[in-house]
Amino acid sequence: MIPLIALLQAANPQLPPNGSGVFVIATIVKMIVVFTIYMVGVALLTLAERKISAWIQDRHGPNRVGPSGLLQPAADGLKNFMKEETYPEAAYKPLFILAPILSFIPALTTWVVIPFGAPFPTRWGRIDLVVADLPVGFLFILAISSLGVYGIVLAGWASNNKYALLGGLRSSAQMISYEISLGLSTIPVLLLAGNVTLGAIITQQAYGGWNVVNLTIAFFIFLVAAFAETNRLPFDLPEAESELIAGYHTEYSAMKFSLFFIAEYANMVTASALMVTLFFGGYDVPFTPRDNIGPFSGWLTILSVLIFFAKLLFFLFFFMWVRWTLPRFRYDQLMSLGWKFMLPLALAYIIVIAAVLLVLDAAGITRGAMHSSILGAVNVVIVMIVFAILDHGRIISPAYGRIEGARLARLRSVSSRSPLASGAK
Amino acid sequence: MPITVKVLDRPIEDVSYVKATLKGMALTFKHLINPHKVTVQYPEEKWQISPRWRGTHRMLTTETGKAKCVACGLCPTVCPANCIKLVPGEDEEGNRYPLIFEIDEFRCIFCGYCQEVCPEEAIHVGRHYENAEYSREGFVYDLERLTSQTHPVCEMWDPEDPRGE
Repeated sequence: MIPLIALLQAANPQLPPNGSGVFVIATIVKMIVVFTIYMVGVALLTLAERKISAWIQDRHGPNRVGPSGLLQPAADGLKNFMKEETYPEAAYKPLFILAPILSFIPALTTWVVIPFGAPFPTRWGRIDLVVADLPVGFLFILAISSLGVYGIVLAGWASNNKYALLGGLRSSAQMISYEISLGLSTIPVLLLAGNVTLGAIITQQAYGGWNVVNLTIAFFIFLVAAFAETNRLPFDLPEAESELIAGYHTEYSAMKFSLFFIAEYANMVTASALMVTLFFGGYDVPFTPRDNIGPFSGWLTILSVLIFFAKLLFFLFFFMWVRWTLPRFRYDQLMSLGWKFMLPLALAYIIVIAAVLLVLDAAGITRGAMHSSILGAVNVVIVMIVFAILDHGRIISPAYGRIEGARLARLRSVSSRSPLASGAK
Repeated sequence: MPITVKVLDRPIEDVSYVKATLKGMALTFKHLINPHKVTVQYPEEKWQISPRWRGTHRMLTTETGKAKCVACGLCPTVCPANCIKLVPGEDEEGNRYPLIFEIDEFRCIFCGYCQEVCPEEAIHVGRHYENAEYSREGFVYDLERLTSQTHPVCEMWDPEDPRGE
């Protein structure tokens, strides 16, 4: 037991030395509880997705297994366990088996640093409602979630199937492009909080107002990039069923397919939790700064957990709502949105926010109501600029976008000189 | 294919992705909360089929329980799919009756000509669509099967509007 505690001490210098036994037990309990809730939640999300898609399309959705279809995920799980595991003859087996694992594990791992409730006071000291309160917090999430792309790319490559390979290639291009905007969009948040720990970010929001009010553009970029990172519509090019059959998981069956499926939903949960934490105050009870300074109580913890889950569920619903509303982007639109619009916007936004913060510091305005309201005013101006002016035909080049007169004339002359065009007339 | 590119010169002011997205999401949300569903919960709830629905056949019988068919041979003649097999027979009083009357429902195209042409109003297409069988042979309906079926039969035309006006 002693070397284990020493190891933990080495891994986390912030660990209180006297509460180590409690820390280990509490962590194990938290791990089990979080993992169980997470997996059950993901299973229920598959049902929620089918129900919401049905309602949006004026249907009932699955309603045969159990009361109003509640046992559908269990039936699906059972089906996936019983199904035959197929291995394509040309597939490279080690990677073919490794790929679903590689996409599943990072999806689960990212959850460990997300705080989901106010600290819980017990007889043995305060227990933070986060599985591992890493000092690097947010950076850990960026690092781990980037690993998810390996699962998809390896699945595409190891399947030895053209559609799977195309899906894998697309996902690598997409996820790497959007990861940059995702990372950059959070820098204003980190600037404001002055820390990368998610707990510190939540504390800052409890005092200074939710970041979505002050950093709307950062939230917007993060939202779009999160959709791209989780491969959800309108960015589901890696699986693009109308073009690539099922993309990277074309060749997968049974539980291996199920792992990809679970990973998608797990990524969705993590992305939603991140949005809640970074921009919607995490477990912060609205209009009360109390939940970070105490006095802590069991009731406060329960209330904050409920509030966190309410926000989380809203974003999960939002993911599904968008999925059943928007069509898929064309590949060039996806790339130009990522590189030509979101990346410059994120960079410019960092500069603006950094400048504003610098000016506020120089003017001697400390964090408080004044600070927040100035940030909010700046935010209103930027939002107006982006959504009222930049949005018109420039965010995504439409198929029928405006072409300059000279280029249009050139295109027309080329087409009229074409022997094919004259032959058809 | 001629290489001519059709370029729609739409004004930039009309092309707003965010506005269009919000509009679409409002529409889907309206459908989401709309309690009216179009699904028919099939085994419990059945679709009301048209009185002119032409489904699997039925042979009507006389009061004595015998098939009305007089084996005139009009239906196998008119049948465009050639799915009716009829072998006529004659009893001691000279009444013709079918010895064999079989309809292959797989070959049938459900045009309803057999019902239209029948002078005795014996063979009918039925208002029925639940036709599952365990074998292909099960779809060759013999006379016994045709007479014992009880589903409602097709009205080839609306009795109140026979000319379809």
